[in-house]
Amino acid sequence: MKVLIAEDSDSDRLILSAFVRKLGHEVFEASDGIEAVALFADVQPDIVLLDALMPRMDGMEAARQIKALAGEQLVPLIFLSSLSDASELARCLEAGGDDFLVKPYNRVILEAKINAFNRMRTMHRVLSAQRDQIRRQNETMVEEQKVARRVFDNVAHTGCLNADNIRHHASPLSVFNGDVLFAADRPGGGTLIFLGDFTGHGLPAAIGAMPVAEIFYGMAFKGFSAADILREINRKLRIILPPGMFCCGAMLDADFKLGQLRTWNGGLPDGWLVRADGERTVIASKHLPLGVHPPEQFSASMTVLPVVPGDQVIVMTDGFPESSNEQGQQFGEAGVRQVLDQLQPGETPFHALMAHIRQFTGKPEAADDLTLCALEIIHQEQYQAQNDRPPESALFGPVDWHCVYEVRERTLADFNPLPLLLHICMEVPGLRRKSGEVYTLLSELYNNALEHGVLELPSEWKASPDGFGHYYQERKRRLTETGGHYIRFSLSHQPTATGGQLQVVCEDSGKGFDFARYFEKVSEMQLPSGPRYAGRGLEMLKRMARQLRVHGRGNHVELVYDWETTETNDGVEPGHNETLRIADD
Amino acid sequence: MTDKTHLDEEALAELQDVMEDEFDVLIQTYLADSRTRLDSLRQTLEAADADAFAKSAHSFKGSCVNIGAPYLGVLCMEAEQLGKAGNLAAAPAIVDAIESEFAEVSARLAVFGGAS
Repeated sequence: MKVLIAEDSDSDRLILSAFVRKLGHEVFEASDGIEAVALFADVQPDIVLLDALMPRMDGMEAARQIKALAGEQLVPLIFLSSLSDASELARCLEAGGDDFLVKPYNRVILEAKINAFNRMRTMHRVLSAQRDQIRRQNETMVEEQKVARRVFDNVAHTGCLNADNIRHHASPLSVFNGDVLFAADRPGGGTLIFLGDFTGHGLPAAIGAMPVAEIFYGMAFKGFSAADILREINRKLRIILPPGMFCCGAMLDADFKLGQLRTWNGGLPDGWLVRADGERTVIASKHLPLGVHPPEQFSASMTVLPVVPGDQVIVMTDGFPESSNEQGQQFGEAGVRQVLDQLQPGETPFHALMAHIRQFTGKPEAADDLTLCALEIIHQEQYQAQNDRPPESALFGPVDWHCVYEVRERTLADFNPLPLLLHICMEVPGLRRKSGEVYTLLSELYNNALEHGVLELPSEWKASPDGFGHYYQERKRRLTETGGHYIRFSLSHQPTATGGQLQVVCEDSGKGFDFARYFEKVSEMQLPSGPRYAGRGLEMLKRMARQLRVHGRGNHVELVYDWETTETNDGVEPGHNETLRIADD
Repeated sequence: MTDKTHLDEEALAELQDVMEDEFDVLIQTYLADSRTRLDSLRQTLEAADADAFAKSAHSFKGSCVNIGAPYLGVLCMEAEQLGKAGNLAAAPAIVDAIESEFAEVSARLAVFGGAS
């Protein structure tokens, strides 16, 4: 060890230095306080022996300065003194001394003290190192969580969570609490929302959330149905999550065009569909959480509810009803129902629930581990207006091609070919920004071919709430009898000077129906208010396609869709836009 | 060892053992230091600076007990106490006593050193 000895008496210093050297330590000598402080800063000794009374700067002041220099390091400081007055010895310790050594020096006691302080010093160093390590590890962990959060955000992004008709409350690091909330626009219009709550917290929950985000956004973008997405999430989680870990979740699939909401709830608290007039329908958990059942036992069957603009849909994680007040009482699902019962006119369920939970918990920022999401049903036109996609840069890719894809037999019941067909079309550079229109074209043709062609379901049924349920029951039943049937898509794409032309031919094996009359009937169905379940699709097809031809008995439909790379919105010429932009620069 | 012991030969023998070749240097240093402190006692007494007198006596006391001159240490302590009390009336007598005891210690140390 390096030992600093500060002592003004030359003979005393000689003696003490000799003693300490004899014990095998390296000695540095100072003869007053100022020298001692300077030498301390210079050689950084492990232990200091300091005379209390010294000229220039006394031991007390030197002790204070040395302790300040040592900072967090423990440098034992032993006062040397011939003081016999107890209160003066106490003053030495108050000044920062750890002990004292009384003259005449005793070698045995000196050695024992140096050894004792060396043990203390070593222990302090070990503890400090461990504390620093813990601190560093904690800093690293927090830093890693932030990075992980950024990575997660890149995978999960916010989707369309910021849309005007979606309100949500989630903690910034909610993914580490096991909560996830995703929202995506369907290619054919409408909104898809998934709220999940993983069992467990921290890293395992966050890791489990990653593939769920990828599956959700990837499949939603490609036009897969909500049920398909749920099946895939369940399959994936079943594989990756350890036993005992799973994900409670709810899926909302809102189709503003059809005025239809499909819901699925597996393990989350009751969600609610709240009508504009206050009437409400429960969205109760009817399924086990995701990741529990093997794929063959998993049920993705969704509840279908007719909705109108102004309706509000609420889903939440169990952190919401489980929030407790200072007395330890939980808000409870009864609390949620009570808030919804007492909704004031003009008050949204989301704001009412958040206000009540803040008041109940007494925390203005609400709790960290609850997620609440509300979706407002809006008009299709309003949805389209807020959903203008930015144009993509021109890319190389397939522009001139033809393909035929035929779905047959039982596959008609088991498989939805729309994502695949949409995917093929989206390979055309520039066409992606028209994905909504292309999806609508394809899905209208496909649904007509399947429901009215192959399954022979009359669309009038869907015009009343009773018939609506009957329609879907019958659809399900008839899908078991698709033997001998097919639906065939022939797609062709060609480039044009300003964009491209997509030709779609859809044929089916059904008996066909009087298309012309069907159209007329649809046009006559001018329901003044309320949802219109059918007919809108064909009107839209006629509007979007340059050409719509129905051959034979109505089971052979051909349409031509022209699209342009530059958007010409509201009569504004493309060149005009360009000029404006340059002028602004 | 009584209060009147001039030299603690046992302590000195231990110092000699530890200091080895430096023992003579130690003795010379002690003697030189002590003369300085004795001068300082006289000067502060003349100046009637009780506080400085006490401090000089205190330092002198420390080196005396360390070197193994206990009686000289006792005398120094008495001087220190007078200084602290601020009453230097009895101090000249004590300083005289210190001076004569120091002469005694010096002589004995010379003998001790010579014997070694």
